[in-house]
This record gives sequence, C-alpha cells and structure tokens, in this order.
Amino acid sequence: MRPLPELTPENTAFWTGGAKNKLLIAFCGDCQHAIHPPQLVCPKCWSEAVEFKPVPGTGTVYTFTVNHQPWMPDMPVPFALAVVDIDGASGVRVTAEVVNADPESIAIGQKLKVGFFNIDDVWFPQWEPAQ
Amino acid sequence: MTLAAAITGVGMSDIGRKTNRPAMIHLAEAARRALDCAGLTKGDIDGISTYPGKADNSPGMSPLGTGEVRNALGLKTRWHSAVPDGPSQMAPIQVAAMAVATGQARHVLCFRALTESSSQTATQRASIPGAGRARLGGWYSYLVPAKAMSASNWAGWMAQRYFHEFGMTREHLGLVATGQRAFAQQNPSAVMRTPLTMEDYLGARTISSPLGLFDCDVPIDGACVVIVSAADAAKDCAQAPLTIAAMGAALGSQESWDQRPDLTTMGAHDAAADMWTRTDLKPADVDVLGLYDGFSIFVPYWLEAMGFCGHGEAKDFIAEGNIGPGGRFPVNTGGGQLSGGRLHGFGLLHEVCTQLWGQAGGRQVDGAKVGACGMGGGFIAGSMLLRRD
Ligand SMILES: [Zn+2]
Repeated sequence: MRPLPELTPENTAFWTGGAKNKLLIAFCGDCQHAIHPPQLVCPKCWSEAVEFKPVPGTGTVYTFTVNHQPWMPDMPVPFALAVVDIDGASGVRVTAEVVNADPESIAIGQKLKVGFFNIDDVWFPQWEPAQ
Repeated sequence: MTLAAAITGVGMSDIGRKTNRPAMIHLAEAARRALDCAGLTKGDIDGISTYPGKADNSPGMSPLGTGEVRNALGLKTRWHSAVPDGPSQMAPIQVAAMAVATGQARHVLCFRALTESSSQTATQRASIPGAGRARLGGWYSYLVPAKAMSASNWAGWMAQRYFHEFGMTREHLGLVATGQRAFAQQNPSAVMRTPLTMEDYLGARTISSPLGLFDCDVPIDGACVVIVSAADAAKDCAQAPLTIAAMGAALGSQESWDQRPDLTTMGAHDAAADMWTRTDLKPADVDVLGLYDGFSIFVPYWLEAMGFCGHGEAKDFIAEGNIGPGGRFPVNTGGGQLSGGRLHGFGLLHEVCTQLWGQAGGRQVDGAKVGACGMGGGFIAGSMLLRRD
C-alpha cells in the first residue's frame, strides 16, 4: 500500500490542489519567494504571509533514477523517479513519480507535465512527458 | 587549535548477516572490546552517547537507547545523550567530544547497534523511513509517497546528475566497490570477502539507476563502540590518544534529499569545508580516510568535499588509483560498508583508529598518523580529523 502524507496546515493545499486539477505552490506574499516543501513562515524574510498559488503544472527533469527494486510487496518495477524543476516557481523542485512513459526513456532536461490521482484525502501529483 | 578530546578505544562485535543475536549481546561484546582496547573498566565510563536513540519506526535500525544500555551494562553515568538530529551518524561522537571538553564526563561510551539484517523480512524492510506508519510527516513525506522510498533512489538521483555533469561512469564507481572489496579481503571481520571483479560489478542487477547491487552497502547485525575521553584522562589509557584535531558539522541547505540546489554536492561539502577552518592540517597531511559509503557514489562526493580533489575531479582521482590498496589516500581500508557491512559510519571510524594505532594487519597503511573521517550522505554530514601525537 502506498504510504500517505500527513496533512498539516502548511502542506494541505499542496496535497489537495489536485482536486481542482491545480498544482499549488507556496509563495511568500511579501518577498515572492517560492517555498517548497511548504512552510508557515517564509524562510527568506520570515513573513507569515504565505499563500498558495497555482503554477502551470509543467517542469524540467533536473535528475532522475529508474528504480528496479521492489521495496514493498506487489510493487511493480521498474519505474522512473524524477526531481523536477517547476515552471513558474523559481527554485522549487519536487520529487516526481513518472507515469505513462518507458522508464528508460526519461532524460535530464526533459519536459514533464503534472496530473493527479486521488487516494483518501490526498491528490498525488504524478508526472508524464509533455508532448 | 586542538580540541581537548581524544578517542582512546574502539570495539566491534562479531558482525554478520542474520546473526539472530539480540542487539544487546552485540553491544556488550563491542563494549567489552572497546574497554580492553582503551585499558579501562566499566567503572571508568561516566558518559554514554548514541545515534539516533531507540527508534521503533524502522525495524532493526536502532534497537537500543541509552537507558537500557546503562541498565544492562550497570553503568553509572554523569552525562548521557541520544542524537537523532545532528551532524550525521557522527553526532554522538562529536557531542561526546564537547561533553568531555567541558568537563561533563571523563570517558564516554559512544555506540551504534543494529539488527537490520535480522529484521528484514519479505514484507518488512528496515531502511524504508516511516515503514509501518499510517501517515508520514517530515521531509520524507514528499519523497516516500511518490515511491522514492529508499535512500538508493535518492543517491541514484545524485549519481545520475553527477554522471551527467562530469562524465563519471559506472566503471569509476566500480573502482570504489572493487577497491574496497580488495581491502575487505585483508580484514577478517568484513562480511563480504570473496573477490569482486569489475565484470562482477558491472554485471550485477540494477537497484536504482545508475546504482547497482554492489553500489549499495550491506545490512548487517552488529554493534560498534568508540570511547571518547577528555585529553587529560586519555593520557592514562592503553593506546596512544587519537586527538580530535577538528570537527565539522555545518549544513547550509534544506533538510531534504531532493532540495539541495546542486545535487552534485551534498551536506558533506558544508561540514568538511568548515572543518578545515579549524586546523592547520591540510588534506595532504592525511594518511588514511574513512568516508561514508552507504552508496559508492558518496565516496567521490566526500573526496571532493574534503578537498582531496576538486569538484568534478573525483573520477580521475579514483581512476589514478589514489584510494584503493597501495594508493596515496586509501579509503575505507577495512572494506567500508560496501564490503564490511553497515555500522552507520562507526565501522569506518573504528577502522581509521585501528590504522592510526598500527593494528590493521595485512591492510595496514605504513606510518599512518593522521586520519580523516566523514559520515553521512545527502543532507546529513559530520566530519572529523584525528591525529596520533
Ligand atoms: Zn518572504
């Protein structure tokens, strides 16, 4: 079974934005610094005016790995895991499960786009090649 | 500048895979050997220090806390500490050094015990953070739900980016793995002692690309004890004191494996650079190195972090034969964790101390006087220079 994140005041928007098909990223309302993982206080200027804004939902592969080891029972392998630089949120990277692609085809610099799937109260961002 | 602390004794239990010996038996054996090494008795121990403390969220990763060890070994301590957050698996040793330097204790028993091998079953892997919890919090809650649930995935990201930027290949990492195996063949306590060829290395199954089976360290059951003593108390011990000449603990980036802006560096770069600001010693003075090798890729990162070569130059440094048997800067001469077994850095420090005391048998580095040790991967890091005076 896929482990789920605990929803907290600082991260709920990130994990539930997919309900409206939006990738929501935390930004500082005062200095516009993009904050990920989301925090209640801006780490740059210590403002508490943190707000979530939708970003385009596209990004670029900074690095990746193809996992071949079944870490849990019934885990299908192989699959690709990327670290993606997010468009519209300078400096923000997310860990990305890459779907709908041959894992061996993933490359650094490749463009990906986000989609979501829902379990319980969490909408997981998943990523696939942008055409 | 010299810290008023030294390492005076080390001890390791009979480590192995699936030993089915309780952690406390391993710990008691390691402690007895460390006391014998130092020429101390249990009554001399007045401090105890461990990482990360008793942890029940990852089976076998840290089965013993300070309390039950004090009870079991009948220790009367004036100071104790368990450090889950800190400069890596080296934290309990750094904290102990500060404790003895400020008079909180005279001789601190620092320990790491694991029953990770026995705890691994078909349905349960010890090294998955948060295993068994209904919901995940903290930094790994952004990784594990995306199925990036093993450190091998996170290290795979680092290796892939490093390969991309600097042209490193699997053959370079193969030199790390085969070199350490060659050392392990000279170490009776290493768990993997059969010869390992480059062909074996390249032919092994992929775990998380570009890392394969022999890029990953070996889960074991065992314990290791390092005794940290105040400088004046160290003079009365059986071994020449190994003075802690400098330590590094800096961390300048977020606590997460995917967030460091440049993943061709890691926390090691912050900690090691800071360490060198506190000593007159230079990398060229170092005779023997213990560098954290949870994955082979950490070794070139640590080499660069510690300044043994420049950023992006580790592949050539390794290919020139610097780090294997007979090299100018021999790394993980006991076989490291890749071949010796994973004692979370304590085993690497144990080996550096053994070398500095001239007790490493067939793998002894002649005249070793200065040792460097770096523990941790990703955002966790602690570093240390030891000098035999
Ligand atoms: Zn701000």
